[in-house]
Amino acid sequence: MLRDAWLVAGKDLRIEARSRVALNQVVPFAAAVILLFGLALGPDRSVLAPASAGLFWIAVLLSCLLATQRSFAVESADGARDGLRLSGLDPAGIFLGKAGAVVAELLVLEALLALGVAVLYGAHLTGGLVLAAVCVTATVGLAAVGIIYGAVASGLRVKETLLPLLFLPVAAPVLLAATKAWDEALAGTPSGGLGWLSLLAVFAVVYVTIGIVAFGPLLEES
Amino acid sequence: MTGSKVLKATGILALVGVAATAWLGLWVTPDAVGFPHGLVRLLYIHPPMAWVAFVAYGMAFLSSMLYLWPRTRHIRFDRMAGASAEVGVVFTGLTLATGSIWGRPTWGVWWTWDPLLTTTALLFVLYLGYLALRRVPGDPEVVARRSAIAALIAFVDVPVVYFSVSWWRSLHQAPTIDFTGRHLYVHGSMAWTLLLGFVSFTLAYAWLTAHRYRLAGLQDSEADEGLRYALDERRAEGLGPA
Repeated sequence: MLRDAWLVAGKDLRIEARSRVALNQVVPFAAAVILLFGLALGPDRSVLAPASAGLFWIAVLLSCLLATQRSFAVESADGARDGLRLSGLDPAGIFLGKAGAVVAELLVLEALLALGVAVLYGAHLTGGLVLAAVCVTATVGLAAVGIIYGAVASGLRVKETLLPLLFLPVAAPVLLAATKAWDEALAGTPSGGLGWLSLLAVFAVVYVTIGIVAFGPLLEES
Repeated sequence: MTGSKVLKATGILALVGVAATAWLGLWVTPDAVGFPHGLVRLLYIHPPMAWVAFVAYGMAFLSSMLYLWPRTRHIRFDRMAGASAEVGVVFTGLTLATGSIWGRPTWGVWWTWDPLLTTTALLFVLYLGYLALRRVPGDPEVVARRSAIAALIAFVDVPVVYFSVSWWRSLHQAPTIDFTGRHLYVHGSMAWTLLLGFVSFTLAYAWLTAHRYRLAGLQDSEADEGLRYALDERRAEGLGPA
């Protein structure tokens, strides 16, 4: 299973490295989002800095939607999906691989976004270890839900409009927990975020498990 | 009003029960002291509505699990899940509406970020998404399978949402609403009316869901019939005089 996951993740990341869609479209999109938040809330740093954790995670959530849509868009051309299905790879491995690739992409994006909120909103990135741990745990949970729902919605004609409606309400606890944990860390009390971090871990474990179990039947459908 | 006798009886009982709840709640029970005039009468419908919504989601989850389990896989569980979730969404909407009507005179706001309220609102959009997914046409088996998985994801999310939202509210903000100091003692005729509310709304849920379930079955057979009819027509064209 892990070997299959590794293969699929490598394939997805290679496609991204060559096509540069994530770099040329998702990263600028996230940058536009945090710029627009700045415009909406005004240039006052005393407003922006306290809100930076929430705005950061909203930007991540929206980018995660794009990343998961992209992850299934690469399978839609030339019957690649059927190829994947017939390849004999373990469905759980395919799930883990696709989710892993999205996690890797999003973590790079989050590093850039963190830089962005530090510069644009004047957020002080203290408590680096907690910030990083929250990023990893939250992103695993988001990517797992995103890939499951991506598979549910892929192949449907209404997938572009349906996926956000399915994904965003489920991701609400991640937004809440990650924002609170970041708030604590940015306020200089990173230990206050550990409880939220454990909530994120529970979320990630639950949805990775569901993905491993449910991805086989999901992949079977056309 | 078609269907079996039991279903008909359930419908009549639900109707009588809801009417009796309205009569008892509006005219017979006393007004509560310390609350805006007449507001307490919402008590007889708001909690039963919320209860029905949760029962409906529980039923949708259970049916979805029965569908996913290979030994019990049958399209009727998928229909049941869809019917129950649909009724659940209606009652969630009603819960939110009556909650808002309660909130405005009591706390001065239509909306407050109370954990229960926030969870209910998220639940509402969560299951709207589920219903939207169900409506996407496709092979019935494929639709049933992906709907069942979506129902599983949504249902598992409910406790996580509730837990995170209550934690969020209890940690960082002093409650903006004073829940204390206004104790409501439900007693005598009030308690009986509330109990009747619960029973009759549950019956109404059963009646609505059963009919929606029956309708889903009819819709499926109509689609099958339509296909057969179209096939026969094409065949007749082929056999007809040249």
